[in-house]
Formats: sequence, C-alpha cells, structure tokens
Amino acid sequence: MNTYIEGILILAGINLMAVLGLSLLTGFTGLFSFGHAGFMAIGGYASAMLTVKFHWPLIPALLAGGLAAALISAVIGKVTLNLKGDYFCIATLGFGEAIRLILDNVQYFGGARGWPGIPNYTNIWNVIAINLLAIVILANLIRSRHGRNMIAIREEELASQIIGINVFKHKMVSLMLSASYAGIAGGLMAHYMTFLQPKMFSLVKSTELIIIVIFGGLGSISGSVLGALVLTALPEVLRSFSRWRLVCYGLAVIIIMISRPEGLLGGYELTPSSIKKLYNRIITKKRTRSQGLGGGDTL
Amino acid sequence: MLKVNNLQVYYGGIHALKGVSIEVNQGEIVTIIGSNGAGKSTLLNAISGFLKYKEGEVLYRNTKLPLNPSKIVKLGISHIPEGRLIFANLSVRDNLLMGSYLRKDKVKIHEDLENTYILFPRLKEREKQIAGTLSGGEQQMLAIGRGLMSSPDIILLDEPSLGLAPLLVKTVFDIITDIRKMGKTLLLVEQNAYKALSIADRAYVLEQGKITLEGSAKEIADNPKIREAYLGSKK
Repeated sequence: MNTYIEGILILAGINLMAVLGLSLLTGFTGLFSFGHAGFMAIGGYASAMLTVKFHWPLIPALLAGGLAAALISAVIGKVTLNLKGDYFCIATLGFGEAIRLILDNVQYFGGARGWPGIPNYTNIWNVIAINLLAIVILANLIRSRHGRNMIAIREEELASQIIGINVFKHKMVSLMLSASYAGIAGGLMAHYMTFLQPKMFSLVKSTELIIIVIFGGLGSISGSVLGALVLTALPEVLRSFSRWRLVCYGLAVIIIMISRPEGLLGGYELTPSSIKKLYNRIITKKRTRSQGLGGGDTL
Repeated sequence: MLKVNNLQVYYGGIHALKGVSIEVNQGEIVTIIGSNGAGKSTLLNAISGFLKYKEGEVLYRNTKLPLNPSKIVKLGISHIPEGRLIFANLSVRDNLLMGSYLRKDKVKIHEDLENTYILFPRLKEREKQIAGTLSGGEQQMLAIGRGLMSSPDIILLDEPSLGLAPLLVKTVFDIITDIRKMGKTLLLVEQNAYKALSIADRAYVLEQGKITLEGSAKEIADNPKIREAYLGSKK
C-alpha cells in the first residue's frame, strides 16, 4: 500500500479510537467533554513510558495507558459528574488544559520540548485490529443493559433517576470506558509519531474529536467511523489549496452541519441489514414512480 | 408509614426547608399546599433522594431512608415529578415498562401493565404511539402510569394538574382517588388547593419552608385564612 495513504489511514484509525470513546460519552450518554485530548495525553505518556523505560511490548503498554486514563477519569468523574450539562463540559475543558500544562513541566517526559525516540510500534494492521475490537466491544455494550441505561440517561436524566437507574454509576462507567479508549488512542499515537509533545494534546485536539462525533451523528457508532475517516482525510484531500485548506475544512464542516444538523448518520447505524432496508426503500420508490409515469402514458 | 422529621434543605446559601416535619399513614392521601417557592417540590425531592439534606431524617416504615434514589425506588417509594419527564422517543408501552426497571417478576409486570391500561384506557388506545406526540394530559397520565409500574406502596405526586385543561384536571383527580382505592398511599403536592383538599384526608400548609398549619383536609379547607389565601373566597 502507498505509504502516504497508509499514513492517513493510521491517523484516521488513531482518531477513530478516541472518537469511539467520546461517542460513548457524548453520543450515547449525553455528556459533552472538551478534555478528551487530556485522556489521550495520559494514555500516550503512560504507554510510552512503559515501552521506552521499561521495555514493555506494545499491547500491554497500550492497555496500561488506557487503564491509567480510566483511573484518572474516575477521580475527575467523582468530583464533576454531579455537575449538570454545561458545567461538566467546562470542568473537562479545564482538566484537559491542566494535564497539558502539567506535562509541559514534567522533565522526566521531556517537558515542553517534547520526548523523541519512542519506538515505532504502531502500524496499519494493529490499528485496524484494535479499532475493530473496540467497535465490537462498543456495539455490544450499547445493546446491553448498561448501554440502554446510558441512552435513557441521555434522553431524560431525571426520569431515569425516578425509575431507579443509578445515574451516577452509569455516567461513571461511561466516562471511564470513554477515557480508556482515548488513552489507548494516545498510546497508538505515541508509537506512530515516535515523538510526544504536550502541545499535541491541546484544546484543538479535543475540539477536533468533538467535531468528528457531532459530524458523524450523535448516538451512531458507524457515524463516528465515517466521521473519523472523512474528517481526517479531508485536510489531506484539500492539500492542493495549500494555505486555504483549513478554511476549506471549516467551510465543509459548516456546510454539512447546516444541511444535516443531526450529523451524517444522525443516530442511525449503518449495518448490513439497515443498508438492505434503505436499498429496498429506494427500489420501491423508483418502482412506484415509474409505475405512476406508466399510468400517465396509457391515458 | 412515611415520617419526615425536622428536615433542613439548603440550596447553596438559601435555606429552602426550615425544619419540616410531616407524617403520612398507610392508605391516606395527604396533600401539601402552598404558594410558588414555598418548598413543596423541594420536600418531595428530598424524600426521594434527589436532593441531599444534612439535617433531619426521613423514616419509611420506621427505618431511615438511604440517600440513593435508586434504592429508595426499590423500597416502594415512587416519585412522579412535575413536568411529566417521559421518554419522548419511546412508545407509550415502552415508557410504562421503563417504570418497572428495577423489577424482575415478568408475570407481575405484565399484570401491572394491564391494570395500568384499565386505569388509563387512553394509554391502551395509544399503546404503540411515540410518547412525545401525546397531548399534555396524556403525557401526565403516562407519567402517573409509569410511576405505578414500579409497584410502589407510596406515591409522591408533584403538581399533577400543572398546565392541564379544567376537564382533564378533574380526570386526573378522579384517577388519584382510584389509585388510593388500589391500596396505595399518596403524598400529593398541589397548587390547585381547592381540588387537592377535596380528595385528601389530611393536609399541610407549607409557607416559606415551614409548615404553618396542619389538620384534616376539611379543617384546612374551612380555615378562613386558608380560604382567603389559597381558595380565593372571602365568605
């Protein structure tokens, strides 16, 4: 495969991993986070530390990175998950920036200058495998009782509480899982770039993740997949516009959000059966239309 | 059955409930009347665990209630909040079944579902309709029906008549009396004091976070001060 395209796919896969996590939290549980780059940073630095300083192989290091992000998210969640809507959002924003600023000052990890020399373990195959596994786990979770509880909380939080759903617990599970996905994404990124710098995990990164989730459609896993692929590839496709390419990127996002405010898939899933249904609907529509025309001819 | 002792609730610096004590006995309809901002909803929210209180206690069958809303539902206390809060994207039937979230006895759940449909024939007609498309009155009935589906012993009902046409208000109050006949106990919070007092056994008047008057519903309704302040008659 062309290394350029391969590179874009790896980047899309890394973004997708973090976006899947954010999709669980934002799309299915209804909690907006502007701090997911912070969880990526924790996972990235933790797993890089394990492979560089302790010579761990990639997979255990990634899992440990995800776990580290989940544990920190549990601490954050404990104090912020009782906050409502916007306040939770601001709290995560503060958290993400705090992580970045702390890492700027940790000389053990190279501080603000960055940390070169991380082994290049990430390749297209392990990115695809990890993402597939992540999608399967997420899809099953959403269909389980836990996932349905999360969706109920998104739909009507107080009503969920009234019928006896433990709202806090399910928000916590959602946040921790979401953070661990982001942590693993951070680990993959560290071992792809072979270099880490706190600047890579700024608010811009968090915003990018949120844009992808909303762009793909809140509450749709396949939407997140599509969003991550399209929005990671888009700046590359627009490379010929050189300096105008980020303007075009912004414009493209705005145009899609105006014409489809619910996102590309808007809560629907692209599964083999749903594609078939859609196909059948289009076919029948065409048929009725042509029949209508046929009727006109006989007159 | 339910006893609230000296409950104090604060919203930040605002002292919303200043030592409220009430008691609800088995099989009664007890109503709490009071004006806007008196703390009626706050009291219900504190009982059902949505609000944390530092002082005072809520006893249910002589044991202290935990501060965890889902545990409180499990004990048999169902809170039907103000403003309906139904799951707008689910069907009427699924909304009702959501009410039985904590129960595992499938046979009993379906029995209760049928009983709910007997109580609200309107909901049976609209069983498969998406709940968000129901009218306001139907949504209120759905909220009450869902509250019943957790098979509660006591129901905390917050402003069931809010925003309903007079004819529907009558229907809702008729249903409340029917629910009592099913052997349930009700704690009813209402602004429509006249209607509430007409079906209740006992009543409390809550003013600025304090209980200022208590007694049988008839006594309260005949109290000249109450008549003037809440029932709008100076006779």
